[in-house]
Amino acid sequence: MIPLSWYLVVSAVLFTIGVVGIFFRRDLITLFMCIELQLNGVNLALIAFSRYLPDISGQIIVFFVITVAAAEAAVGLAIMIALFHHKEHLDSERVNLMQG
Amino acid sequence: MEYFALIPLFPGASALLLALFGQRMSRSVVSAIACVSVFFSFLISVGYLALTLGIAIPGFGALPRDTGSLFTFIDAGGLHVDMAFRLDSLSLIMCLVVTGIGFLIHVYSTGYMHHEPDFARYFTYLNLFTFSMLMLVLGANLVVMFIGWEGVGLCSYLLIGFWYEKKSASDAGKKAFIVNRIGDAGFLVGLMLLYTNFGTLDIQSILSGVNEGYPVGSHLLNLIAVCLFIGATGKSAQIPLYIWLPDAMEGPTPVSALIHAATMVTSGVYMIARLGGLYSKATLVLVLIAWIGALTAFVAASIGLVQNDIKRVLAYSTVSQLGYMFLACGVAAYDAAVFHLYTHAFFKALLFLGAGSVIHAMSGEQDIRKMGHLSKKLGITTWTFVAATLAITGFPAITSGFWSKDLILERAFEANLWLWLVGIVTAGMTSFYMFRLVFMVFFGQSRVDPSVHPHESPSSMTVPLMLLAVGSIAAGWVATSLRRFLNLSILGAHEVGGGHAEDAHAGWTMEQLYLAAAAFVVMFVGLMLAYHLYVKETALPQRIGERWPRLYKLLFNKYFVDEIYGAAIVGPLVKGSDRVYKHFDLGVIDRTLDTIGAGALEGGRIVSRLQTGNIKAYATYILAGAAFLTALWVIG
Repeated sequence: MIPLSWYLVVSAVLFTIGVVGIFFRRDLITLFMCIELQLNGVNLALIAFSRYLPDISGQIIVFFVITVAAAEAAVGLAIMIALFHHKEHLDSERVNLMQG
Repeated sequence: MEYFALIPLFPGASALLLALFGQRMSRSVVSAIACVSVFFSFLISVGYLALTLGIAIPGFGALPRDTGSLFTFIDAGGLHVDMAFRLDSLSLIMCLVVTGIGFLIHVYSTGYMHHEPDFARYFTYLNLFTFSMLMLVLGANLVVMFIGWEGVGLCSYLLIGFWYEKKSASDAGKKAFIVNRIGDAGFLVGLMLLYTNFGTLDIQSILSGVNEGYPVGSHLLNLIAVCLFIGATGKSAQIPLYIWLPDAMEGPTPVSALIHAATMVTSGVYMIARLGGLYSKATLVLVLIAWIGALTAFVAASIGLVQNDIKRVLAYSTVSQLGYMFLACGVAAYDAAVFHLYTHAFFKALLFLGAGSVIHAMSGEQDIRKMGHLSKKLGITTWTFVAATLAITGFPAITSGFWSKDLILERAFEANLWLWLVGIVTAGMTSFYMFRLVFMVFFGQSRVDPSVHPHESPSSMTVPLMLLAVGSIAAGWVATSLRRFLNLSILGAHEVGGGHAEDAHAGWTMEQLYLAAAAFVVMFVGLMLAYHLYVKETALPQRIGERWPRLYKLLFNKYFVDEIYGAAIVGPLVKGSDRVYKHFDLGVIDRTLDTIGAGALEGGRIVSRLQTGNIKAYATYILAGAAFLTALWVIG
């Protein structure tokens, strides 16, 4: 059996790629994909723990995460389409309508 | 079911009805509701009177009667106050005066206020006034009395300032209210003292408590009596708080009649008579009351000698007559005080309504120097006014004022020669200024402006005048029985200061005859002097005024009391308040709050810079937060 740490390493790598992507990319679609990466990194960790403990609740949480991520993708992509209609770009540095 | 609880209810309900729907009613409906409600109360009062005179009416038992608790008004801690009314001979007489004369004033008002656009508001206040006064006289405990006490204060403010667009009217309203509040503070302190010492505010319990547990001249009773008396000086316009009453003439004239005759100013006298058992044991305060009354009577009469405004002369005569009532209270002759209150209500209402009729006829002119010889045009007004004048000056034997004033002077004579002397001199002055008024307004040469065409008033105004004229003359004929009737409640519960109760129906002694003769001589001298100065030698008054300019100015300017109060109390108060406003309100409170507000604003501005609107910035904050929490977890 593959040890738990391997899964956790893969999970951490996925998550870190997501975080680093958010800080270094400007395109909103890429940012979006980075968020998905982070979510999946966390999912992987949860499933791995669930398998090794063993406790089924980890996998249940993952179902919720996937559901929320699907909803989030729908809303997020809709926002992006509306934003593109408006501004004709998706550069996060140039979107600051909500400045205080 | 006690029917007399309905006496205050009718005008109260009518006031509520008119306040809510009066604006949408026609004038005739408004006047009908207002007058009929008071008339119903009057009928009930008459029913109870008829009963005590021996005519049986089903449902009306013998006096005194208590409603018991109608409902609990206050129940807090040890303080338990019920809404309860009590009808005895004293409050019955007061009810008759308030509703009877009040009713005539209501009827008169329908004529006098005919051109007034705010008709419904006027009658709302008038009904509310009657309601408050009835609460005051019927209250079985001092809290109910206090509700009425404050109610009449409020209504006087509303009615004196009825024409509030006029600055002088709204000022006079405020003055009446504020001066009354000063007195009311004393009254309230008195109530608290009563409660802490007797544990109740029920009048009968207090009187029996006083009767059993306290010696004559007890310090506590003196203290309580003086506090309550301060309230009475405010309501009943005595020195030092009389200054609001002469200004009260700023209101419509029927209102002056209501305030000066039937309601409000009588409340102080009523209160002292009601608590006669307490006052009779507060011997120090009684002396004070007697002297304040005598002094007020004298001072007000002397001011009245030189005033030129018809209503102002009458206003000072009210203050002066109230002084007589307090003089009577001060020599423990409560029955005489209430008797004078009762006769005074007739002739003072008549004088004010007559003055209103004159003013109405003269198209608003109030200066008696611009009148004269009106008897030809205003027949009914003239002879009713003369009847009232004869009553107030105490024309012997036939007028009501003779019996009541003579009684007061007689009691004063028995108590203290000096009190009597002040009283008799005042009676002479009263005679002089009242006949001066009559001669200058109705007789002598006409000084009426040619553009004014005097005309007699409508019958809604003259009929009340005639009824009151009959009352002014005849009200005194029942003197003996009325006093015996009053003494049932004043002396019945507590036999303090008795001894006078039985002398009423003894024959006249020589001493009484001499006193009456002295009063008559003084009155006659006043009359002849007024006749000589204002009909025969009309140039003489001016020369007298020029001969003693200082005295004339002193009297004409009312001893400068308003100015003295202004300089000694109002001025420093305003200046002090202004200083406190500038230094404390603006300097401390406002500044503290402004600083807090500015701090919040500035802080918000700084913190709001964090909200860049840039999504990456937010991601950074989240990461930083996560890193911080992780660090905490690792370290901790």
